[in-house]
Amino acid sequence: MSVLVIAEHDDAELKPATLNTVTVARALGGEIHVLVVGEGCGGVAEAAAKIDGVAKVLVADAPEYAHRLAENVANLVVGLADGYSHILAPHTTSGKNILPRAAALLDIQPVSDITAVISEDTFERPIYAGNGVATVQSTDTKKLITVRTTAFEPAAADGGPATVEQVAGTGDAGLSSFVRADTSKSERPELTSAKIIISGGRGMASGENFDMLERVADKLGAAVGASRAAVDAGFVPNDYQVGQTGKIVAPDLYIAVGLSGAIQHLAGMKDSKVIVAINKDEEAPIFQVADYGIVGDLFDVVPQLEAELDKQG
Amino acid sequence: MKVVVAVKRVIDPNVKVRVKADQTGVETANVKMAMNPFDEIAVEEAIRMREAGTAEEIVAVSIGAKHVQETIRTALAMGADRGIHVSTDEDVQPLAAAKLLKAVVEKEQPQVVILGKQAVDDDAGQTGQMLAGLLGWSQATFASKIVLGSGDAEITREVDGGLETIKVSLPVVVTTDLRLNEPRYASLPNIMKAKKKPIEETTPADLGVDAAPRLKLVKVVEPPKRKAGVKVESVAELVDKLKNEAKVI
Repeated sequence: MSVLVIAEHDDAELKPATLNTVTVARALGGEIHVLVVGEGCGGVAEAAAKIDGVAKVLVADAPEYAHRLAENVANLVVGLADGYSHILAPHTTSGKNILPRAAALLDIQPVSDITAVISEDTFERPIYAGNGVATVQSTDTKKLITVRTTAFEPAAADGGPATVEQVAGTGDAGLSSFVRADTSKSERPELTSAKIIISGGRGMASGENFDMLERVADKLGAAVGASRAAVDAGFVPNDYQVGQTGKIVAPDLYIAVGLSGAIQHLAGMKDSKVIVAINKDEEAPIFQVADYGIVGDLFDVVPQLEAELDKQG
Repeated sequence: MKVVVAVKRVIDPNVKVRVKADQTGVETANVKMAMNPFDEIAVEEAIRMREAGTAEEIVAVSIGAKHVQETIRTALAMGADRGIHVSTDEDVQPLAAAKLLKAVVEKEQPQVVILGKQAVDDDAGQTGQMLAGLLGWSQATFASKIVLGSGDAEITREVDGGLETIKVSLPVVVTTDLRLNEPRYASLPNIMKAKKKPIEETTPADLGVDAAPRLKLVKVVEPPKRKAGVKVESVAELVDKLKNEAKVI
């Protein structure tokens, strides 16, 4: 039995989600290989070779893998699948895009978004926005799985050196091509791996008001998130969205500002260690999951929070 | 050009879902059902394509027991032209759904198939990608904008880092994200008209598909509950507690 982990990266750096996914591979047992697919991704392959517990890194570095288009990467994964009992990817937009396509080509029903490994064929995963936890057993010969990274600790990024092996490209399927990326540039930590997150909801009233949250975030080394309502209203870009259909986060501290706490939002953050809610409506459902709550107008409370953090240092 | 949309009947997302005491699933008896919200976005997008003159016919497909015809009727009331009901009482998992949809698509020969990016019941998020793979078509998941050209389409996708735009050749499978559009409500006259629109019934056997489940559901339990904490009186008290009690800052 051996496990293939599809690395999350952008050709420049290996993303932390890969480390949590390797932890799942270790729980399954067997030899662990990491697949780095991209164009000009040699540096990422070197970083992947240092992950603790990884025996081999497979590098598919070819023009057809630029931007990891699903059609081409799925074909590659299908070609490599023979040697593996399990193929894992993080449940990111990239993993979600590629893995089911590869699974269909292999005639396998994949298991999405697992939060626990019960045995080599049985896993836990949330359903209905986390209102239920299902235990499912795969009857397929091979298991293809996406991993909820916040449910697993990261593997150490500085273990032994694994061997690095080049694998040949499978060519361009000629079905799609990359046009452009409009990525949010931020000096702040990534939402899914941040230790502290401060999120705003509809109560923020405008995009400009998110500046207040950003100032607090900068004092705490935090990432800034948002509820669906704030994204739909155009206050902030889509990649800020935390929730059932956005990003799943589980930081040490989650500060929810002016958001009521709809089920769909709670699904994305209720595994945070400590939750703080700031809301003027004391009946808001967010208070039912918050460890600390302040009932008050966010436009008073957030500036006070910024000042208090300065004062207490 | 023809567009096929896949629609799924799910528990209304505004209903609080309850896990059954015997751990076999969630309560569905006497629970309000609705079209999966992402599928509403799919139907709306297809209607907008027809309104823009790029699509001529919209076919709404649903898989499941008799009552999924209500969901097809909703799509017809929104503006789809006709429905296809793949009738089965079995638990249809994403791979089986993708195989059934593939069989329908091969008959219907659309240029565009639109599905929701995930259904809010099993939250699997797989069917669109699997359908595209089985058909050997291009795929554009998590779409927030679709610009149709002749023979291709430029599609903007919501990804973890922001937005990504790709060009895909037609035919294509698209899955919808939240910002693609805001679905319309069906008007009363259109609800009446929808009753006369045709729904064709077929079965997995008719389509030659083995739809047997591959995942065995062992049990469903409630997630661990979080306890409500304390209300603090001041920001100073909050910062003090975060520092000295919770030790998170």
